Amino acid sequence: MSPEIIGWRAHIREAISDLTPGVTLCLLFLIFVAVVGLFAPWIAPFDESEILTNESFEPPSSMLWLGSDYLGRDLLSRLIYGVRVTLFLAMIITFLSFTTGVGLGFLAAAYGGRIDTFMSRANDVMLSFPSLMLALIVINSLGSSFVVLVVTIAFIDMTRVFRVSRALAVNIIIMDYVEAAVVRGEGKGWIVWHEVLPNALTPLAAEFGIRFTYAILFISALSFLGLGVQPPQSDLGVMVKENMQALLYGEYTNIYPALGITAIAISMNVFVDWLLQRSSVEISDEI
Amino acid sequence: MNKPLLKVRDLDVTVRDKKGHEFKIVEGISFDVQPGEVIALIGESGSGKTTISLSCMGYSRPGCYLTNGTVHLGDESVLDKSLPELQKLRGKKITYVAQSAAASFNGAMTIDAQVTEIPVITGTMSKEDALAKAVKLYAALELPNPETIGLRYPHQVSGGQLQRLMAAMAMISYPKLLILDEPTTALDVTTQIEVLYSIKKLIKDNRTAAIYVTHDLSLVAQVADHILVLKDGKQVEYGPTEQIINNPREDYTKSLMAAAHVMPDEIHAPPVAQAEETPLLRVDNVTAGYGPKQDIIALREISLTIGAGETVGIIGESGSGKTTLGRLISGLMNAKEGSVYLDGHQLAQSVAQRSRDDLRQIQFAFQMADVALNPRQKLGKILSRPMRFYLGLSQKEADIEVSRLLERVDLPGEFARRFPPELSGGQRQRVNLARALAAKPKLIICDEITSALDTIVAQQILDLLESLQDELGLSYMFITHDIATVAKITERIAVMRHGRIVQQGPVDEVLTPPCHEYTQLLLNSVPEMRTDWLDEAVVERRKLIAELD
Repeated sequence: MSPEIIGWRAHIREAISDLTPGVTLCLLFLIFVAVVGLFAPWIAPFDESEILTNESFEPPSSMLWLGSDYLGRDLLSRLIYGVRVTLFLAMIITFLSFTTGVGLGFLAAAYGGRIDTFMSRANDVMLSFPSLMLALIVINSLGSSFVVLVVTIAFIDMTRVFRVSRALAVNIIIMDYVEAAVVRGEGKGWIVWHEVLPNALTPLAAEFGIRFTYAILFISALSFLGLGVQPPQSDLGVMVKENMQALLYGEYTNIYPALGITAIAISMNVFVDWLLQRSSVEISDEI
Repeated sequence: MNKPLLKVRDLDVTVRDKKGHEFKIVEGISFDVQPGEVIALIGESGSGKTTISLSCMGYSRPGCYLTNGTVHLGDESVLDKSLPELQKLRGKKITYVAQSAAASFNGAMTIDAQVTEIPVITGTMSKEDALAKAVKLYAALELPNPETIGLRYPHQVSGGQLQRLMAAMAMISYPKLLILDEPTTALDVTTQIEVLYSIKKLIKDNRTAAIYVTHDLSLVAQVADHILVLKDGKQVEYGPTEQIINNPREDYTKSLMAAAHVMPDEIHAPPVAQAEETPLLRVDNVTAGYGPKQDIIALREISLTIGAGETVGIIGESGSGKTTLGRLISGLMNAKEGSVYLDGHQLAQSVAQRSRDDLRQIQFAFQMADVALNPRQKLGKILSRPMRFYLGLSQKEADIEVSRLLERVDLPGEFARRFPPELSGGQRQRVNLARALAAKPKLIICDEITSALDTIVAQQILDLLESLQDELGLSYMFITHDIATVAKITERIAVMRHGRIVQQGPVDEVLTPPCHEYTQLLLNSVPEMRTDWLDEAVVERRKLIAELD
């Protein structure tokens, strides 16, 4: 076995030994949700759009574990498919916003001077728009589709990622090891990729988690307002909205998807906090 | 003999890590301090000297535990006290002067407010009394304008003055014991003796006992009555200063003596340089500055040559422009006027305009090896990159070269798989040099590469530099503030002040009197290994400063 693999195993073993019970619980929940989302068609007991009963908001039974929704569809199956859609969208959005945001942020920091000032001020202008308002205007005028939804939210998220990654890179670029690469005659791209990125990776990973949570909340909010995912597709936000009537009949139907959103967001936050705390310990050890 | 003021017996300090493993970082330390006496704790970094001095205040850093031993201040047992009792002790009976005064002062409060803070908030003095006492202390520390200096903010006084103000803060409540942790290490050499002199005088006048923590034996000779030499948390040698300096018993103390920052007895005369047609590097009448229009001038009309296989020392205090000169030669900064020639051809101004081969010839070794090496790159990558970049080696060829290079700088070849944070300070500095060597340069600009290292480790790096030069015919531009080091290893030196070269020439000529007043001032500031040097040096220094201005 190569020493690298042994090193990685030691790292992972150490990380596991640092887990607290709360963090373990959150991490297990996140893994569980990810698995459920990934294998939804095999896990869900029924089809998400199949109408199984004439009763709206039927209470939980041995057949429909969480009861039925307002059209008499199996809530559990819809929940499983909803998680899949929500996570899938959030993943794509975060991935997009990160590649663009980190790339532009690092470039702004690497070039500095006027280019940096121009990019940063332009970004400030974007940031000054209330994000939900901006999304509502864009989606309303272009019509809601997966592509429009993803690009709009990714763009809004990108402005936040840009700020964070630029701030990180500015602090790394003043280090002597970057200057050593500059004196050597290395190009900007090499410096960003080999000198800056490895040192920003841990805080960026944590930021990824936070952005992911925001993406979930944002999609859910848009769906709740009717501008997000459109029927027959549904996500957790849509489910909260379409089953709102259940509360009038004393049923919990729309509480389940709401709880799902909350639990995912909280778990992600707890996990990210733990990750950041660990990395700050590691970093201070190094310095 | 009187009863000692501070009595430390069998002190052990243990570190416990996350997994519960324990190991002792300080073991079985005992010493006494009489009133009005100074004991010096001396050793390399990691020898436990700061840990011991903190224990005398009943404090241990997080993760450290005082596991054995006693500390008595007068009749009080410091280690048996509860935290509230200790808090009454600290800042009043025992005070502490940290290494960096700049980091210890709050920039938003006036100096007076901070110096008088402790006696005023604890109610031992009224505000008026405390201020009057502060002014007296400023005068005793020979600060300029003692009446008004306290009204300024910390950024409005110099580093040396701030360090003395911190001593005033420590002395204001008439402490019985004063702990000084490397109080002059962060200062320029010429400021250092002034601070040392005032602190020494203050201690003698007030009959305060003091613990002086440092790694520099030649400094300690000036202020301490007793010296405790430490290595790896254990006592190596303990005795009166005269005995330790003139007649050290242990080998370790002898090696510390050998590496101390003192002038060599005789400055070796450089070999007579044959007049070369074209020197390796020629800096011709360069003026440069900072700011958008380079109007904040940092270098004025600099002319300098470095021949092949030659070591040229650039010496000066902080702000003299010596690092700026290094940056300019390596292309990190543009010249406003004048130009730089390598092997007779003019170098382009900035890195981006220079050819790869020109870049390869001049390499830069940075001062702080811990920030000069990317903590997330393995040594193998750090060292192989210049080879691949400049010499076009394949990764396989470069890997072979890397292990050869590591062995050349006396590091094991398997270090290629390590990350920089896994290395000691001295090892990192070797890697830092190796990276410069990897490009097979003709000139290496060494920017203060030994100043952050312990004296013994620094000596090893200097030896390495010399052997590399003999083998590869390298030239060095050695930038430093340490005139003693320069005298040992360079052939020619240039003395810089306020962005100008005030004197340059062969090292023996420049450093042998009669020399330029500023060179004389620098020479005068190098501690000599005798106990009566300080008083003479201070008198001489004031005379020289008066002549300079």
